[in-house]
Amino acid sequence: MILFIEQLFNGLQLGVTLFLLASGLTLVFGIMGLINLSHGSLYMVGAYVTATVTNHTGNFFLGICAALVCAAILGVIIEMTIMRRLYHRDHLYQVLATFGLILFFNESVRIIWGSQPLFIDIPQSLNFTVNLFGQGGYPAYRIAIIVLGIVILLALFVLIFYSKIGMLTRAGSSNREMAQALGININRLYTGIFAFGAVLSALAGGLAGPIYAVEIGMGESVLILAFVVIVIGGIGSIKGSFIAALLIGIVDTLGRAYLPAFFKTFMSASDGAVVGGSLASIAIYLLMAVILVVKPQGLSSKL
Amino acid sequence: MTRLNRQSLIIGLTFLVLAVLPPLLSAIDQSYYVSIASKILIYALVGISLDLIIGQAGLVSFGHAAFFGMGGYVCGVLSHHSANDLLVFSVFTGTNNALISWPLAVLVCMVLGIIIGVISLRTTGVYFIMITLALAQMVYFLIISIPQYGGEDGLSLWTRNKLPGLNLQDDTQFYYICLAWVIIYLLIAHKLIYSSLGLMIKGAKLNHQRLIALGHPPFKAQLMIFVLSAMGSGLAGALMVNLTQYVSPDYLHWSLSGKFLVIVILGGIGFLFGGLYGALILLGLEEILSSYTDHWHFILGIALVIIVLTSKSGLYASLVGRKAT
Repeated sequence: MILFIEQLFNGLQLGVTLFLLASGLTLVFGIMGLINLSHGSLYMVGAYVTATVTNHTGNFFLGICAALVCAAILGVIIEMTIMRRLYHRDHLYQVLATFGLILFFNESVRIIWGSQPLFIDIPQSLNFTVNLFGQGGYPAYRIAIIVLGIVILLALFVLIFYSKIGMLTRAGSSNREMAQALGININRLYTGIFAFGAVLSALAGGLAGPIYAVEIGMGESVLILAFVVIVIGGIGSIKGSFIAALLIGIVDTLGRAYLPAFFKTFMSASDGAVVGGSLASIAIYLLMAVILVVKPQGLSSKL
Repeated sequence: MTRLNRQSLIIGLTFLVLAVLPPLLSAIDQSYYVSIASKILIYALVGISLDLIIGQAGLVSFGHAAFFGMGGYVCGVLSHHSANDLLVFSVFTGTNNALISWPLAVLVCMVLGIIIGVISLRTTGVYFIMITLALAQMVYFLIISIPQYGGEDGLSLWTRNKLPGLNLQDDTQFYYICLAWVIIYLLIAHKLIYSSLGLMIKGAKLNHQRLIALGHPPFKAQLMIFVLSAMGSGLAGALMVNLTQYVSPDYLHWSLSGKFLVIVILGGIGFLFGGLYGALILLGLEEILSSYTDHWHFILGIALVIIVLTSKSGLYASLVGRKAT
């Protein structure tokens, strides 16, 4: 039972990481109509900057802050030089240009940091375990990620629905020309939203640093999961992507933990491991297929 | 010169060059480039098949590596079983005969194309892009989770497939086989897009709702063209595995799907023949850049962004003097 609860929490933690990535992706798509493959690159850059600064100063929080600042600057530069020219283009061209950016970022990281993965220690202040329901310990760091994810969800809701910026954003999303005619600087607003998504993505990368290895290509594998999340959640919907992210996180984690053991109960150990392992690695895609058959537009279609 | 003449002139010239390329290369003592030319033809085959679904149907598939890799794996696995005397699924023996393993590779890709097509054609636009990507990723993880077939290391093959009467081990003969397949596939695709089925697909691209209102839901036609496209890519995968004598999980990787899209766009969307030029530019660029620096992806990445931001049509499209659709 304790193992199950631990796995459930691991699933939540993965889900929250995915949500941080997917929320930026879905905002940028929902508002600017841009499909941004290079969103995962900012996740990677976030993790690398966090690792470098943390390992030099010994302060993880300083590392995260540096990553966020870097991502914001990078986000503004990318938006103003490239993305801005892509908003009105066909999705195919957006895919191609941002695919080019992925190649560029991966290779830049290889030139700057080399091909060896980096590692970050869990910060001292969070390096302890918490008793779950009186039995067994669970790392406090992962719990902190889960809590932070929920805080960010709430903050996003307040920001989008109850702040002036949120109002302008929604106005720009529903009718760009009209908002512009009423005197809103849409260009600056879009730059801001893009940079904001970049910051969230880098935050996810920095937080994931102490848990997974910081390596080249780490952004793309998680980006594809984030795509699955926003397809399931409904493109453009923050609420939908939160639900879908948790769903994907939990299904993936529990599948990997239990499916091989489940198949071993009625198959030989090696066959069970192979079948269970294969099924676990595709469980989320099957889930996506099923949800699409039932609801082709995803779980939620509102912002 | 009228447009049609210019186009037929370019196509004719291209095939003339392609036909005399191997003897030409061996005359200047550069036979090494024959296998690179074969690789270009193989990628061209994928480019042509992908353009069927992008250019004609207006649906951007970001998952064609799944078919390419699957075709390759079917060929490779059969060959692996025949070399090691193992039974496939404990039922039938492997084979190294191209007459069996190539059609089988195409058949498996047909089935995979139907499965992926039925799911992803429920959607359009950006959803279609993401779903094809996700399903292709599923195929990737499924295959690398089988330790018997090398997992993330892939499978090495002893020899190329056997084709009665020919020696595929010979690079020149292999090149002509690839060329033949490109021509055959081009003819089939050309025939198809000027048939009523092709009209229906173009209609669906222009106005999906209206086609349904007219009593012709385009789903079946779209599925057919998607499956034909999957089969072409699967065949290319089978050829690729024979060329390199190695089945790599990279053939299933999403970044290869990205490169296939690059080929289609470089050639010009909506021009089946453009796939050939797209493959030529991309692989040529790869070949040249990688001889100068290890970090050629850096330059390729920047080049892609610039190409997208500055141009609106592909190379072949500019050659024949038309804008891409």
